[in-house]
Amino acid sequence: MIQRPPSVGVAAVWHQLKKNRLALAGGAVVILLGVVAIAAPLLSPYDPAAYDVKRILDPPTREHPLGTDQIGRDVLSRMLYGARVSLVVGFVAVGIAIMIVTAVGVVAGYYGGVADSIIMLGVVDVMLTFPRFFLLLAVIAMLQPSIFVIMAVIGLTGWMGVARLVRAEVLSLKERDFVVSARALGAGDFSLMFKHILPNALVPVLVSAVLGVAGAVLTEAGLSFLGLGVQPPAPTWGNILTDGKANIEIAWWLSVFPGMAILITVLSYNLFGEGLRDALDPRLRQ
Amino acid sequence: MLRYIARLGIISTLQMLAITILAFTVIHLAPGEPIVLQQDLQARATGAQRESLRQLFELDKPLYVQYWRWVNRLARLDLGRSFSPDGRPVWDKIRERIPITLSLNLAEICLIYLLAVPLGVFAAVRRHSFFDRLTTVFVFIGFATPDFWLALLLMILFGIQLGWLPISGLRSLNWEYLGLAAQVRDVASHLVLPIFIGAFGGLAGLSRFMRGSLLEVIRQDYIRTAQAKGLPEHVVLYKHALRNAILPIVTLLGLSLPGLIGGSVIVETIFAIPGMGQLAVQSVFARDYPVVMGLLAIGSGLTLLGNRLADVCYGIVDPRIRVARRSE
Amino acid sequence: MAALLSLGACGRGESTAEPATGEGGPAFGDTLVEAAIGDISGLIPNITSDSASHDIGNLIYSNLIRTDKSLRLEGELAERWEISRDELTITFHLRKGVKWHDGEELTAHDVDFTYRYMIDPKTPTAYAEPFRQVRRAEVVDRYTYRVTYEKPYAPALLSWGIWILPRHILEATWQAGVDLRTTRQNRHPVGTGPYLFREWRTGEKIVLEANPDYFEGRPYLNRVVYRIIPDQSTIFLELKARNIDRAGLTPIQYRRQTDYSAFRSAFNRYRYLANGYAYLGFNLLDPRFADKRVRQAMAYAIDKHEIIEGVLLGLGQAAAGPYKPGTWWYHPDVKPYPFDPARAKALLAEAGWKPTQRDGILERDGKPFSFTLRTNQGNLVRQQTAEIIQRRLGAVGIDVKIHIVEWAAFINTFIRKRDFEALILGWGLGNDPDQYDLWHSSKTGPDELNHISYKNPRVDELLEAGRRTFEEARRKAIYGELQEIMAEEQPVVFLYVPETLPVVSSRVRGIEPAPAGISYNFIKWYVPANLQRYTR
Repeated sequence: MIQRPPSVGVAAVWHQLKKNRLALAGGAVVILLGVVAIAAPLLSPYDPAAYDVKRILDPPTREHPLGTDQIGRDVLSRMLYGARVSLVVGFVAVGIAIMIVTAVGVVAGYYGGVADSIIMLGVVDVMLTFPRFFLLLAVIAMLQPSIFVIMAVIGLTGWMGVARLVRAEVLSLKERDFVVSARALGAGDFSLMFKHILPNALVPVLVSAVLGVAGAVLTEAGLSFLGLGVQPPAPTWGNILTDGKANIEIAWWLSVFPGMAILITVLSYNLFGEGLRDALDPRLRQ
Repeated sequence: MLRYIARLGIISTLQMLAITILAFTVIHLAPGEPIVLQQDLQARATGAQRESLRQLFELDKPLYVQYWRWVNRLARLDLGRSFSPDGRPVWDKIRERIPITLSLNLAEICLIYLLAVPLGVFAAVRRHSFFDRLTTVFVFIGFATPDFWLALLLMILFGIQLGWLPISGLRSLNWEYLGLAAQVRDVASHLVLPIFIGAFGGLAGLSRFMRGSLLEVIRQDYIRTAQAKGLPEHVVLYKHALRNAILPIVTLLGLSLPGLIGGSVIVETIFAIPGMGQLAVQSVFARDYPVVMGLLAIGSGLTLLGNRLADVCYGIVDPRIRVARRSE
Repeated sequence: MAALLSLGACGRGESTAEPATGEGGPAFGDTLVEAAIGDISGLIPNITSDSASHDIGNLIYSNLIRTDKSLRLEGELAERWEISRDELTITFHLRKGVKWHDGEELTAHDVDFTYRYMIDPKTPTAYAEPFRQVRRAEVVDRYTYRVTYEKPYAPALLSWGIWILPRHILEATWQAGVDLRTTRQNRHPVGTGPYLFREWRTGEKIVLEANPDYFEGRPYLNRVVYRIIPDQSTIFLELKARNIDRAGLTPIQYRRQTDYSAFRSAFNRYRYLANGYAYLGFNLLDPRFADKRVRQAMAYAIDKHEIIEGVLLGLGQAAAGPYKPGTWWYHPDVKPYPFDPARAKALLAEAGWKPTQRDGILERDGKPFSFTLRTNQGNLVRQQTAEIIQRRLGAVGIDVKIHIVEWAAFINTFIRKRDFEALILGWGLGNDPDQYDLWHSSKTGPDELNHISYKNPRVDELLEAGRRTFEEARRKAIYGELQEIMAEEQPVVFLYVPETLPVVSSRVRGIEPAPAGISYNFIKWYVPANLQRYTR
C-alpha cells in the first residue's frame, strides 16, 4: 500500500553513464587524480621541500621529469603533493557547502511560507548579490589566508545556487505520495525531511558537489595569484603557477604543468559531473 | 502590476539592509579593532586618521549604533573618506571606476550570449554527436583554464611575439592626441584580450544551460504535436522550441549580474585596467576599510537593482510570473 | 636620521655597468616611460610612505640638501650652510631666484612652513622624528634659515633632505585645520623640482613635464610617464615589448631572462649593491633567543653563500652587520660568520640544548627546540631564504616552521604587537650611519622600530654618542665599535646585502653608475635626437 520512493537504481545510472564517453573519461581521470593524491608520498621521487641551488630552473630531464623551480626543488614532487592540497581544499569546501545546502534547501522547501521566504529571499538572494570573489578576498585578508579559512570561506560562499535547486526538488517531492503516506503514519517533520525527502533530493547536490570541487580548485588558483591562496612553502598547483609566472618565458614547465593539471582536473570533474547529471535525470531516461 | 512592483520594492529594501549588515560584518571580522593600518613599519596612526575612523564608525558606541549611523550615511552616498594617504571620498573613488568595469563586463556578457546561445542550440539539436562532444569539451576547457595563466600566455603571444595587440592598460599613452575614431579603436584593441578571457570562461555555464533548456523543451508534447503536424524541422525549432527555451536564459542573466560588478578582479589586475576589481584588490590589501565596505555595499546594491529591473521586465513580459509570485 | 624604511632594496652603491655606445649629443626631447606597481597614494610625499610617490616627489619637489654621486652631502636648495662651533646650530643659506612652478619665489618661509608642518602631531608623516630634535627654528631673512638643536645631532643635515612644501599655497588652509591630503596640492602639486606635474589619471598613469625654469637647468628628457601596472609579470612583459623604458629586475630575470641579444641591444642593464640588508630577527624577549650562544649558533648554522648563490644567483654579498659595504662608516674588519655547523652544534650544546634520539631535534628541559619563522608574502626571495634557513637549522637539530603572512597582517599582528618568535625582514638604510631608532633600548614601544627588543647598554651609549658629533673620524670609531659588538652579539643574524638590478632603455644616454646608483643625475639623462621615440 505504501509506495516506496522511486529509487534511482545504481545499475540504471551506470548504464546511462556508460553511453556518455566524455563523462567516462572524466570520471576515470577523477579517480586517477584521487589515487595519485593519496599516493603522493609513494610516488614522489624527491622531498617536495628539498632544494638544490645547483639545479635552479632546470628544464625537464630524466632526473627531474617536470623540471625544477627557482631554488631547485623538483616540480613533479611538488605537483604530487600539490594535488593533495588542491583536492583537499576542494573536498572540504564542498563538504561545508553541502552541509549548508542540505540544511537550508530542505528546510526552506519543506516548511515553505515565511521561513521559505526569509531563507530564500533573505539569505540566499542576498548572498547571491555579493560579488563572490571580492567577498572571498576581503574575508580571507581580514582573517589571514590559512588553509582552513580558505576552505571555510569558499564553502560558505558557494552553496547558494544549489540550495535553490534542492529547495525546488523538495517542493515537488513534498507532495508525492510516499511522503504524504509517511506523514499520515505519524512521521515527524524532522524524520520526513531528512529520512524521506532528502535522500531523493540529493541528485542536484551530488552533481553540484562534483562540479564544486573543480570550482574550488580554480578559485584557490585565483586566490594564489592575488597572494591570498594557500601560502608557501605548502605546494598547491595555484601557488606553483603563481610563483612561476615571473619566469614564464624561460621556465615554461613551471607554468604549463600546473596550468594543465588544473585544466585537466577541472575539465574532468565537469565532464563527469555533467554526465552524472544527465544519467541521474529521470526525465532524460524516457 | 503595481502591487507586483510594490512587493519587489519592499523585498529589495529589506535585502539591501541585509547586504549592509553583511558588509558591515565583514569589516569587523578582522581581529582587533579596525584601526587605521599604515603600510609602513614606522608610520603610526595619527590623530587625524583616528578621528576620521572614529567619525565613520563611532567606535565608542555599541555595534548596532555604529551600524545604524553607517547605513544612514550610506543612504546619502556618504561613504566616508578613504584611509589611503590620498584621503579622497570613497564614493568618488568608486564612482570613477564603475563605468570601466561595467563596460568591460557588459561586453563580456554580450560576447558570451552571442556565442553560447547558438552553441547550446546546436549542441542540443545534435545531441551526442561529434559536434556536441566537441563544443562540450571546448566550453569546459574555457571554464577550466585559470584566467591569469591564459592571460599571460596570450599576452606573450599577441603582445610580444606577434605584436598585434597591446599588452596591458586601458589605452595608449598618446590617447589624448588621437582622433575620436582612433581613440575608440585604441581602447577596443586594449580590451580585446580581457574581454576574450572573461568570455571564454563564461561560455560553459550559459551554453550548457541553453542546451539543457532546449532539450527539455524539445521533449514537450507541443513540440511533438508540431512535428506530427508535419511542420518542417527548422520551423518547429525556431518558432516553437526556441522561444520557450529562451525565457530561462533571462533568469540566468540575472544571475550573472554580480559578475557584472565584481567578476573581473583578476582580469583587471593582470591587465592593469583601472576598474572596480582593481580598486577592490588594492583596498583589501591596504585595509582601506571604508573603500572595502563601500565596494561591497555598492556592488551588491547595483546587482540588486539590476535583478529587480529584470524582475520588472519579466513581470511585464510574462503575466504568469506576476500571478505566480502572488500565490507563492 | 632615522632609517628610511622600505621592503629592503633601495639602490645606491658600487656599480658595474654595461654602457652602450651612442651617437649624437645631448638633446632635449623624448619621454621616459616607467612602471609603478601600485597607484601612488598622494603627491605630498612628506605624508606618504610608498616608494613610487617618493620617486615622483623627488622630481616635483626639491630638498635643502641631498647626496651626490659619491654619497657626500651637497646642497640643493641650500647653496651653503654653516654649523656653529658648539655643533648645535645650522644656518642654511638658500639659493636666490628659485621659482615654484606657479612663478612665486622660494624663500626661507617655505622651509619654515615645512618644518612646522612636519612637527605638528596631527600630520600623518613617518619622517617627523629628526625635526622633533630641533629646539628652535627661525627665519633669519628671506634666504636664510637657522635651526638650533637641543643637542648636537649629526643626522640633522641629511634630515633636511625633506621635500619643501609651498607655504603660499598650503599654509592658510593648514592653519584653518584642513587635512592637507584633501587639498588640490595632493592631486595637482606645485613644487620647485625639475619636473612639473601634468596629469594624474587615477589607476592609469601620472605624467610629468620638464620644468624649463628649473634652477639647475632644464632637464633633457621632456616628459616622464609612470604607468600603473599592478602585476610584476605584466611589467616585465611590457618591458620586453619596449613599452616601458625602465624597470627593476629580479635576480632570475637578470641572469636568465634578459640575456639574449635583442634585449641587450634594447636595454642597458646595471647592477650595484642595494642600500639595505636582509636579516633573520629574533624576539629577544623569548628566553631561548635571549642567549647569545643560540643566536651565534644559528649564524654558524646558516650558509649565507648558499642563500646568495641560490636565491640571489650570486647578485649580492654576505652581510656582516647593519651597514652597507663601501660606506665610510663600514668596518671592513668585521666579517660575516662562516658556515660551520659543527661549531653551531657545540654552541647549542653549551647553551643546554641536547639532541634526543627521536628525530634529532634538540631538547632542553624536556621541550624541543621548535619555532615559527615568519616573513611577508609577495617577496619570493625572502620566502626562499626562509626555506633554506629551515633546512640548515633542521640539520643542527632545530625545528623551524615557516609561516608566510600577508604584509598588512604581518605588520599589525606580529610586528606591532611583538607577537612573533623569529622573522625574516630587511631594512632599507639611509645615508647616515645613525640607527638609533632601530637598536636603542628606548625604542621598543609598540609602534617603534626596535621590534626585536634589543637592549645593550654599551650599544645604547654608542648610538647616543654617534649622533652627538659631526666629526667624521670620531663617528667612524664609534660605529666601528658598534659593528664589532653586534658581530659578537648577533642580535639578528645578518644575512645578505642584495644588488639592485635596474634596466634602462639603451637609447637613453648620460647614465653614469656611481656609489649613489644611477638616478642621481636624472636631469642629465638624454636621448640623442635621432633615437627619440616619443615625439610629443
